[in-house]
Amino acid sequence: MLSATPHTSSHGINWFKYASPQTFFPVAGALAPWFAALAAVLFAAGLYIGFFVAPTDAQQGDAYRIIFIHVPAAWMSMFIYMVMAFWAGVGLAFNTRLSGMMASALAPTGALFTFIALWSGSLWGRPTWGTWWVWDARLTSELLLLFLYFGFMALQAAIDDPRRADKAGAVLALVGVINIPIIYFSVKWWNTLHQGSSVSLKSAPTMVATMFAGMIVMAFACWMYSIAASLWRVRCIILERERRSDWVGEYLRTQK
Amino acid sequence: MNWGSVGEFFAMGGYGFYVWGSYAVTFVLIAMDLASLALRWRAAGRKL
Repeated sequence: MLSATPHTSSHGINWFKYASPQTFFPVAGALAPWFAALAAVLFAAGLYIGFFVAPTDAQQGDAYRIIFIHVPAAWMSMFIYMVMAFWAGVGLAFNTRLSGMMASALAPTGALFTFIALWSGSLWGRPTWGTWWVWDARLTSELLLLFLYFGFMALQAAIDDPRRADKAGAVLALVGVINIPIIYFSVKWWNTLHQGSSVSLKSAPTMVATMFAGMIVMAFACWMYSIAASLWRVRCIILERERRSDWVGEYLRTQK
Repeated sequence: MNWGSVGEFFAMGGYGFYVWGSYAVTFVLIAMDLASLALRWRAAGRKL
Protein backbone atom coordinates (compact mmCIF):
# COMPACT_ATOMS: atom_id res chain seq x y z
CA MET A 1 0.00 0.00 0.00
CA LEU A 2 1.33 3.40 -0.97
CA SER A 3 0.47 5.15 2.25
CA ALA A 4 2.37 2.60 4.30
CA THR A 5 5.66 4.25 3.40
CA PRO A 6 5.17 7.99 3.53
CA HIS A 7 8.49 9.42 2.39
CA THR A 8 9.21 12.97 3.37
CA SER A 9 9.23 15.09 0.28
CA SER A 10 11.10 18.37 0.14
CA HIS A 11 8.07 19.88 -1.62
CA GLY A 12 5.89 19.54 1.44
CA ILE A 13 2.74 17.67 0.44
CA ASN A 14 3.18 14.08 -0.60
CA TRP A 15 0.36 13.69 -3.13
CA PHE A 16 0.75 9.94 -3.41
CA LYS A 17 -0.42 9.70 0.16
CA TYR A 18 -3.89 10.68 -1.08
CA ALA A 19 -3.82 7.91 -3.65
CA SER A 20 -4.60 5.48 -0.83
CA PRO A 21 -8.32 4.78 -0.31
CA GLN A 22 -7.77 4.69 3.44
CA THR A 23 -6.36 8.23 3.49
CA PHE A 24 -8.83 9.61 0.97
CA PHE A 25 -11.92 8.20 2.70
CA PRO A 26 -12.04 10.77 5.55
CA VAL A 27 -10.91 13.59 3.22
CA ALA A 28 -13.83 12.88 0.87
CA GLY A 29 -16.16 12.67 3.85
CA ALA A 30 -15.04 16.07 5.11
CA LEU A 31 -15.27 17.75 1.69
CA ALA A 32 -18.56 16.32 0.35
CA PRO A 33 -20.95 18.29 2.64
CA TRP A 34 -19.30 21.59 1.63
CA PHE A 35 -19.72 20.89 -2.05
CA ALA A 36 -23.31 19.78 -1.41
CA ALA A 37 -24.09 23.00 0.46
CA LEU A 38 -22.48 25.06 -2.30
CA ALA A 39 -24.54 23.18 -4.88
CA ALA A 40 -27.79 23.85 -2.98
CA VAL A 41 -27.07 27.58 -2.70
CA LEU A 42 -26.06 27.85 -6.36
CA PHE A 43 -29.11 25.87 -7.55
CA ALA A 44 -31.40 28.22 -5.61
CA ALA A 45 -29.63 31.31 -6.96
CA GLY A 46 -29.51 29.96 -10.52
CA LEU A 47 -33.21 29.06 -10.55
CA TYR A 48 -34.08 32.47 -9.11
CA ILE A 49 -32.09 34.27 -11.82
CA GLY A 50 -33.43 31.93 -14.49
CA PHE A 51 -37.09 32.35 -13.67
CA PHE A 52 -37.37 35.78 -12.05
CA VAL A 53 -34.51 37.94 -13.27
CA ALA A 54 -33.82 36.80 -16.85
CA PRO A 55 -36.42 38.28 -19.22
CA THR A 56 -38.67 36.40 -21.62
CA ASP A 57 -36.88 35.78 -24.91
CA ALA A 58 -38.05 37.83 -27.89
CA GLN A 59 -37.99 34.85 -30.28
CA GLN A 60 -38.62 31.77 -28.16
CA GLY A 61 -40.83 33.21 -25.43
CA ASP A 62 -40.45 31.34 -22.14
CA ALA A 63 -39.58 28.02 -23.81
CA TYR A 64 -35.95 29.16 -23.79
CA ARG A 65 -35.88 28.82 -19.97
CA ILE A 66 -35.06 25.15 -20.54
CA ILE A 67 -31.55 26.46 -21.32
CA PHE A 68 -30.76 26.83 -17.60
CA ILE A 69 -30.90 23.08 -17.17
CA HIS A 70 -30.10 21.89 -20.70
CA VAL A 71 -26.76 23.61 -21.34
CA PRO A 72 -25.25 22.99 -17.86
CA ALA A 73 -26.31 19.32 -18.05
CA ALA A 74 -24.81 18.95 -21.52
CA TRP A 75 -21.54 20.56 -20.39
CA MET A 76 -21.36 18.29 -17.35
CA SER A 77 -22.12 15.20 -19.42
CA MET A 78 -18.98 15.82 -21.49
CA PHE A 79 -16.80 17.17 -18.68
CA ILE A 80 -17.54 14.28 -16.31
CA TYR A 81 -16.72 11.80 -19.05
CA MET A 82 -13.31 13.38 -19.54
CA VAL A 83 -12.60 13.37 -15.80
CA MET A 84 -13.79 9.74 -15.61
CA ALA A 85 -11.56 8.73 -18.52
CA PHE A 86 -8.65 10.64 -16.96
CA TRP A 87 -8.90 8.73 -13.67
CA ALA A 88 -9.44 5.47 -15.51
CA GLY A 89 -6.29 6.17 -17.51
CA VAL A 90 -4.30 7.07 -14.39
CA GLY A 91 -5.45 3.82 -12.79
CA LEU A 92 -4.40 1.86 -15.84
CA ALA A 93 -0.98 3.55 -16.04
CA PHE A 94 0.00 3.70 -12.36
CA ASN A 95 -2.10 0.86 -10.96
CA THR A 96 -3.51 3.11 -8.23
CA ARG A 97 -6.68 1.60 -6.78
CA LEU A 98 -8.33 4.87 -5.88
CA SER A 99 -8.22 6.11 -9.49
CA GLY A 100 -10.38 3.23 -10.67
CA MET A 101 -12.78 3.78 -7.79
CA MET A 102 -13.04 7.46 -8.72
CA ALA A 103 -13.83 6.58 -12.34
CA SER A 104 -16.57 4.19 -11.19
CA ALA A 105 -17.96 6.83 -8.84
CA LEU A 106 -18.25 9.40 -11.63
CA ALA A 107 -20.06 7.24 -14.18
CA PRO A 108 -23.62 7.32 -12.71
CA THR A 109 -23.50 11.11 -12.27
CA GLY A 110 -22.25 11.50 -15.84
CA ALA A 111 -25.06 9.29 -17.12
CA LEU A 112 -27.56 11.32 -15.07
CA PHE A 113 -26.53 14.61 -16.69
CA THR A 114 -26.38 13.04 -20.15
CA PHE A 115 -29.94 11.83 -19.77
CA ILE A 116 -31.08 15.24 -18.46
CA ALA A 117 -29.41 16.95 -21.45
CA LEU A 118 -31.17 14.62 -23.90
CA TRP A 119 -34.53 14.81 -22.14
CA SER A 120 -34.59 18.61 -21.76
CA GLY A 121 -33.29 18.96 -25.31
CA SER A 122 -36.16 16.86 -26.59
CA LEU A 123 -38.69 18.97 -24.68
CA TRP A 124 -37.03 22.08 -26.07
CA GLY A 125 -36.86 20.79 -29.63
CA ARG A 126 -40.57 20.09 -29.86
CA PRO A 127 -41.80 23.71 -29.50
CA THR A 128 -38.82 25.33 -31.28
CA TRP A 129 -37.95 22.87 -34.08
CA GLY A 130 -41.29 21.07 -34.26
CA THR A 131 -39.75 17.69 -33.45
CA TRP A 132 -38.82 15.71 -30.32
CA TRP A 133 -35.83 14.08 -31.93
CA VAL A 134 -33.71 14.22 -35.05
CA TRP A 135 -30.76 12.02 -35.94
CA ASP A 136 -28.35 14.89 -36.45
CA ALA A 137 -24.70 14.69 -35.43
CA ARG A 138 -25.06 16.55 -32.11
CA LEU A 139 -28.01 14.57 -30.81
CA THR A 140 -26.74 11.21 -32.06
CA SER A 141 -23.25 11.65 -30.56
CA GLU A 142 -24.78 12.75 -27.23
CA LEU A 143 -26.97 9.63 -27.26
CA LEU A 144 -23.83 7.59 -27.93
CA LEU A 145 -22.31 9.23 -24.83
CA LEU A 146 -25.23 7.94 -22.74
CA PHE A 147 -24.61 4.43 -24.11
CA LEU A 148 -20.90 4.76 -23.31
CA TYR A 149 -21.74 5.55 -19.68
CA PHE A 150 -24.21 2.64 -19.54
CA GLY A 151 -21.68 0.35 -21.25
CA PHE A 152 -18.97 1.34 -18.76
CA MET A 153 -21.24 0.64 -15.79
CA ALA A 154 -22.59 -2.63 -17.23
CA LEU A 155 -19.10 -3.87 -18.07
CA GLN A 156 -17.84 -3.12 -14.56
CA ALA A 157 -20.90 -4.73 -12.99
CA ALA A 158 -20.37 -7.88 -15.07
CA ILE A 159 -16.82 -8.49 -13.80
CA ASP A 160 -16.49 -9.81 -10.25
CA ASP A 161 -12.86 -8.93 -9.61
CA PRO A 162 -12.81 -5.14 -9.03
CA ARG A 163 -9.24 -4.69 -10.29
CA ARG A 164 -10.08 -6.46 -13.55
CA ALA A 165 -13.32 -4.49 -13.77
CA ASP A 166 -11.31 -1.27 -13.41
CA LYS A 167 -8.96 -2.29 -16.21
CA ALA A 168 -11.72 -3.32 -18.61
CA GLY A 169 -13.73 -0.20 -17.82
CA ALA A 170 -10.66 1.99 -18.32
CA VAL A 171 -10.08 0.64 -21.82
CA LEU A 172 -13.72 1.30 -22.75
CA ALA A 173 -13.65 4.78 -21.17
CA LEU A 174 -10.43 5.74 -22.99
CA VAL A 175 -11.63 4.50 -26.38
CA GLY A 176 -14.87 6.42 -25.87
CA VAL A 177 -13.05 9.72 -25.28
CA ILE A 178 -12.95 10.16 -29.06
CA ASN A 179 -16.69 10.84 -28.87
CA ILE A 180 -16.23 14.01 -26.76
CA PRO A 181 -14.66 16.25 -29.44
CA ILE A 182 -17.17 14.77 -31.89
CA ILE A 183 -20.04 15.98 -29.68
CA TYR A 184 -18.42 19.33 -29.03
CA PHE A 185 -17.51 20.17 -32.62
CA SER A 186 -20.45 18.38 -34.27
CA VAL A 187 -22.31 21.65 -34.77
CA LYS A 188 -19.29 23.00 -36.67
CA TRP A 189 -18.27 19.91 -38.61
CA TRP A 190 -21.72 18.94 -39.82
CA ASN A 191 -24.85 20.71 -40.85
CA THR A 192 -26.98 20.08 -37.77
CA LEU A 193 -30.47 21.13 -36.76
CA HIS A 194 -28.95 21.79 -33.34
CA GLN A 195 -27.71 25.37 -33.16
CA GLY A 196 -24.08 26.33 -32.71
CA SER A 197 -22.62 27.48 -29.41
CA SER A 198 -23.89 30.75 -27.91
CA VAL A 199 -20.91 30.87 -25.59
CA SER A 200 -17.31 31.17 -26.71
CA LEU A 201 -14.03 32.04 -25.05
CA LYS A 202 -13.12 34.29 -27.97
CA SER A 203 -16.19 36.53 -28.12
CA ALA A 204 -18.91 37.91 -25.90
CA PRO A 205 -21.91 35.62 -25.41
CA THR A 206 -24.68 36.24 -27.91
CA MET A 207 -27.35 36.40 -25.22
CA VAL A 208 -28.74 38.79 -22.62
CA ALA A 209 -26.39 39.16 -19.63
CA THR A 210 -28.92 37.92 -17.05
CA MET A 211 -29.73 34.84 -19.18
CA PHE A 212 -26.01 34.13 -19.42
CA ALA A 213 -25.59 34.65 -15.66
CA GLY A 214 -28.41 32.19 -14.88
CA MET A 215 -26.82 29.59 -17.14
CA ILE A 216 -23.35 30.00 -15.61
CA VAL A 217 -24.64 29.84 -12.02
CA MET A 218 -26.61 26.68 -12.85
CA ALA A 219 -23.50 25.21 -14.50
CA PHE A 220 -21.51 25.81 -11.31
CA ALA A 221 -24.36 24.31 -9.27
CA CYS A 222 -24.27 21.15 -11.41
CA TRP A 223 -20.50 21.05 -11.10
CA MET A 224 -20.58 21.28 -7.30
CA TYR A 225 -23.36 18.68 -7.19
CA SER A 226 -21.28 16.31 -9.31
CA ILE A 227 -18.28 16.68 -6.99
CA ALA A 228 -20.41 16.11 -3.87
CA ALA A 229 -22.20 13.08 -5.35
CA SER A 230 -19.02 11.44 -6.64
CA LEU A 231 -17.16 12.00 -3.38
CA TRP A 232 -20.03 10.40 -1.51
CA ARG A 233 -20.21 7.54 -4.02
CA VAL A 234 -16.47 6.92 -3.90
CA ARG A 235 -16.81 6.58 -0.13
CA CYS A 236 -19.42 3.87 -0.68
CA ILE A 237 -17.14 2.13 -3.18
CA ILE A 238 -14.15 2.30 -0.79
CA LEU A 239 -16.20 0.69 1.98
CA GLU A 240 -17.53 -1.98 -0.37
CA ARG A 241 -14.14 -2.91 -1.79
CA GLU A 242 -12.03 -2.60 1.33
CA ARG A 243 -14.52 -4.39 3.55
CA ARG A 244 -12.07 -7.04 4.62
CA SER A 245 -9.32 -4.61 5.58
CA ASP A 246 -8.54 -3.83 9.20
CA TRP A 247 -9.14 -0.11 8.94
CA VAL A 248 -12.69 -0.52 7.54
CA GLY A 249 -13.46 -2.99 10.29
CA GLU A 250 -12.17 -0.50 12.82
CA TYR A 251 -14.13 2.34 11.17
CA LEU A 252 -17.39 0.36 11.16
CA ARG A 253 -16.93 -0.59 14.80
CA THR A 254 -16.61 3.04 15.82
CA GLN A 255 -19.76 4.08 13.89
CA LYS A 256 -23.07 4.42 15.75
CA MET B 1 -40.21 40.30 -12.23
CA ASN B 2 -41.62 38.47 -15.23
CA TRP B 3 -44.89 37.17 -13.87
CA GLY B 4 -48.10 38.97 -12.99
CA SER B 5 -49.58 36.00 -11.14
CA VAL B 6 -48.85 32.46 -9.99
CA GLY B 7 -50.94 31.20 -12.91
CA GLU B 8 -48.76 33.07 -15.38
CA PHE B 9 -45.68 31.58 -13.77
CA PHE B 10 -46.95 28.04 -14.23
CA ALA B 11 -48.20 28.72 -17.74
CA MET B 12 -44.70 29.85 -18.88
CA GLY B 13 -46.21 31.75 -21.78
CA GLY B 14 -47.89 28.59 -23.06
CA TYR B 15 -44.72 26.49 -22.81
CA GLY B 16 -45.43 25.19 -19.31
CA PHE B 17 -45.51 21.53 -20.38
CA TYR B 18 -42.05 21.71 -21.97
CA VAL B 19 -40.38 23.89 -19.33
CA TRP B 20 -41.83 22.11 -16.30
CA GLY B 21 -41.43 18.73 -17.98
CA SER B 22 -37.68 19.43 -18.17
CA TYR B 23 -37.34 20.71 -14.63
CA ALA B 24 -39.58 18.08 -13.02
CA VAL B 25 -37.64 15.17 -14.55
CA THR B 26 -34.34 16.79 -13.58
CA PHE B 27 -35.53 17.25 -10.01
CA VAL B 28 -36.89 13.69 -9.75
CA LEU B 29 -33.70 12.16 -11.20
CA ILE B 30 -31.45 14.11 -8.82
CA ALA B 31 -33.69 13.05 -5.90
CA MET B 32 -33.42 9.42 -7.07
CA ASP B 33 -29.63 9.79 -7.41
CA LEU B 34 -29.42 11.03 -3.81
CA ALA B 35 -31.77 8.31 -2.56
CA SER B 36 -29.75 5.58 -4.27
CA LEU B 37 -26.59 7.05 -2.73
CA ALA B 38 -28.17 7.02 0.74
CA LEU B 39 -29.22 3.36 0.29
CA ARG B 40 -25.82 2.35 -1.02
CA TRP B 41 -24.11 4.16 1.83
CA ARG B 42 -26.25 2.37 4.35
CA ALA B 43 -25.63 -1.03 2.75
CA ALA B 44 -21.88 -0.37 2.56
CA GLY B 45 -21.79 0.63 6.23
CA ARG B 46 -23.47 -2.53 7.50
CA LYS B 47 -21.44 -4.20 10.19
CA LEU B 48 -19.69 -7.41 9.23
